[in-house]
Amino acid sequence: MSSQVRFTDFKSDKQPTWCPGCGDFGTMNGMMKALAETGNDPDNTFVVAGIGCSGKIGTYMHSYAIHGVHGRALPVGAGVKMANPDLEVMVAGGDGDGYSIGAGHFVHAVRRNVDMSYVVMDNRIYGLTKGQASPTSREDFETSTTPEGPQQPPVNPLALALASGATFIAQSFSSDALRHQEIVKQAIEHDGFGFVNVFSPCVTFNDVDTYDYFRDSLVDLADTDYDPTDREAAKEKVLDADKEYMGVLYQDEESRSYEQTHGLDSNMSDIDHEGAPEGAMDLVREFY
Amino acid sequence: MPADFNWAIGGEAGDGIDSTGKIFAQALSRAGRHVFTSKDFASRIRGGYTAYKVRTSTEKVRSVVDRLDVLVALTPRTIEENLDELHEGSVIIYDGERTTMADVEIPDGMIGLDVPLKSLAEDAGGAIMRNVVALGAACEATNFDIEHLDSSLKKRFGDKGQALVDNNKQAARLGQEYVQEEYSDIEFDYDLETTDNDYVLLNGDEAIGMGAIAAGCKYYAGYPITPATDVMTYLKGRIENFGGHVVQAEDELAAINLALGAARAGARSMTATSGPGIDLMTETFGLVATSETPLVIVDVMRSGPSTGMPTKQEQGDLNMMLYGGHGEIPRFVVAPTTVDECFWKTVEAFNLAEKYQTPVYLAADLAMAVTEQTFEPDAFDMDAVEIDRGKVVDEDTIGEHQTESGGFKPHELTEDGVSPRAFPGTEGGAHMSTGLEHDEQGRRTEDTEMRVKQVDKRNRKVETAREREDFSPREFGDPESDNLVVTWGSNEGTLVEALEFLEEEDIDVRILSVPYLFPRPDLTEEFEAADEVVVVECNATGQFADVVEHDTLQRVKRVNKYNGVQFKADELADDIKETLAPDEGQEVEA
Repeated sequence: MSSQVRFTDFKSDKQPTWCPGCGDFGTMNGMMKALAETGNDPDNTFVVAGIGCSGKIGTYMHSYAIHGVHGRALPVGAGVKMANPDLEVMVAGGDGDGYSIGAGHFVHAVRRNVDMSYVVMDNRIYGLTKGQASPTSREDFETSTTPEGPQQPPVNPLALALASGATFIAQSFSSDALRHQEIVKQAIEHDGFGFVNVFSPCVTFNDVDTYDYFRDSLVDLADTDYDPTDREAAKEKVLDADKEYMGVLYQDEESRSYEQTHGLDSNMSDIDHEGAPEGAMDLVREFY
Repeated sequence: MPADFNWAIGGEAGDGIDSTGKIFAQALSRAGRHVFTSKDFASRIRGGYTAYKVRTSTEKVRSVVDRLDVLVALTPRTIEENLDELHEGSVIIYDGERTTMADVEIPDGMIGLDVPLKSLAEDAGGAIMRNVVALGAACEATNFDIEHLDSSLKKRFGDKGQALVDNNKQAARLGQEYVQEEYSDIEFDYDLETTDNDYVLLNGDEAIGMGAIAAGCKYYAGYPITPATDVMTYLKGRIENFGGHVVQAEDELAAINLALGAARAGARSMTATSGPGIDLMTETFGLVATSETPLVIVDVMRSGPSTGMPTKQEQGDLNMMLYGGHGEIPRFVVAPTTVDECFWKTVEAFNLAEKYQTPVYLAADLAMAVTEQTFEPDAFDMDAVEIDRGKVVDEDTIGEHQTESGGFKPHELTEDGVSPRAFPGTEGGAHMSTGLEHDEQGRRTEDTEMRVKQVDKRNRKVETAREREDFSPREFGDPESDNLVVTWGSNEGTLVEALEFLEEEDIDVRILSVPYLFPRPDLTEEFEAADEVVVVECNATGQFADVVEHDTLQRVKRVNKYNGVQFKADELADDIKETLAPDEGQEVEA
């Protein structure tokens, strides 16, 4: 089936309720195109989403999907993949979902290195709750709940990922459709946890981190002689306070996925026995 | 009462109390004797009083009693802690050469066996074997054939080489011979006779793990917490042989979400925790229920609230399991009553979860989880295990559950409330699951009619289960008695033994032990037929008593224990007696 799959096969018949101009449209289109181009189809794809504007993505895509609880999409995705490594698992979330309530899971998902991709729609604000500061909001970003700005430094997701032992770290921009799609594709193809932070502007509540801002300031690593396999170079880039980058910042070419390391290669949904599995009586004998 | 015998070893945590106790318990089991063990432990790794108690008989033993016949005391506190249970003729084995034991006084009427445990152990090859020397001495004091101890030592140390096994055997012999020689004038009353029976000895946590594997569970995610950790320890290293996997998650939130993911992928999936972990899992529990995902969640209850007493018994989470979570959530709450029922109820939990596509709480408790009991091996008859995966559709049958435009209906409105289920990878089955209210296809909706239909559909599963499943209570005692005693969980065994104490006082009771807490049996008829109803449980407020009062519209009397220790048979008999016929002047109008 995969040869005939088009990205529109991943579209559901639900019309997105995102605000006109929202960055999430582009982010989702890139995800669907990347899935189709990597030979997947809706029946072998599992999309996990969290809560918030980003969390709606599972509704607008057509695939096996679950819309999880706030911040916990990553462990759900890992559970799906471990139980059936044949599935292509993609987790989508927002900056609040991933770096605030789900920050603990983020660190451990990175460490665990399950072969799935994680796309974070980073708009640096809470949109669905109508404009409060998010963990990636700038220190002086004024919102209804932080009238003087959060007055604390934003989370640096790329540095957090690198420090936690990430094997694939990338950043993209939803408006640069081709680059975004290409980067997500690389994350899918990576053998391990493919992390992509996507700048996905909120046109309603964030008047600082706008399309224009990213268009003017992002440095595309594809235009430089940057070597993403060089971890030292990656350290410098992710900690660079003056610039923001687009592209693959780090990829460990030696990465072995959790499933490989733990020898998980079977679909656990199969139970080929109607009673206890063969050899189960040995479990009882152990207690003599 | 069966002619039973009670033995204990006590000392400081880190003294090897647990493993020594287990070696003795296993020796008894291998000698064809029934065994029931209990642990008294503190929430610390080293230091603090800890004890391992073994009750044994040639007949079935189901509980602990307030009596100790032989005590291995590694510290003076061991004697103090158990003074109430020791009696005239009790034997206390201790090492007078140990500094802390030098001035120990053996209470009047008891027999002190001062055995140089450490030096004899050194003679056998190492001081570390001093507890085994004590076991040898205990064999002599109980006329128990030491060869059964050898067999237990071989099982314990066999992997580490024959030399170590031989040294331990020698250590036991030295203990035995020392008592023979130095205390030849004492004639010990006890006689632990052996039988030809073959028993297995295991605890509730192990039985839950074994039940999970037997039921085809392939995925377990958990976070270590007392007293549920043994479930994970058991599964790790065993489930892999059956194509499964164990994940130690970063926290309980991750654990249930990992398990949920695996369950959505179609695996039989489980997590286990204790009270505080259940709190953390509760949000996702709602998603599990709303997305109609089959999942088994084990709560091995301990004393709460908050961190409470992590190493002590309580049955205080019933309300949490029955009502926990915002909104209204259909669920099953199944409570095993004995160690072997931990196995069978786990198997059943997986079938219920998949047949009805709901989360299932398995309500175990500390007293059962850490208690080892002997069983005939066929108590775990793997041939009797049946797997029912419910309404799973495949490529061939999925067409019956699609919309005209080909959309799969994972939440199809059916008469029995159960919808078809397509594992990911099934062609034509791609669908969304969500905790948002949804339509038949799983798509978000706020349509008022669909909301009502989906809520009703989910709740209908409970009615369907009531029609299709047997939720009868287990019954013991005198079926004709006017005194009805109702309980749940690990109290069953204690209550059954309490019967014998009550009989001695000419009090007859009928016992109903309820393993299904939701949906649960309707006890109205039983309650109406009885003159008195007493509900026995290990919590302060009588959570189950409240529930059955509500069900039956009848007031019940309550026997509650919540000091952290499980009921003891003799004590429980007294409590029931007093509750059935309170002293004059104390009766209070309900």
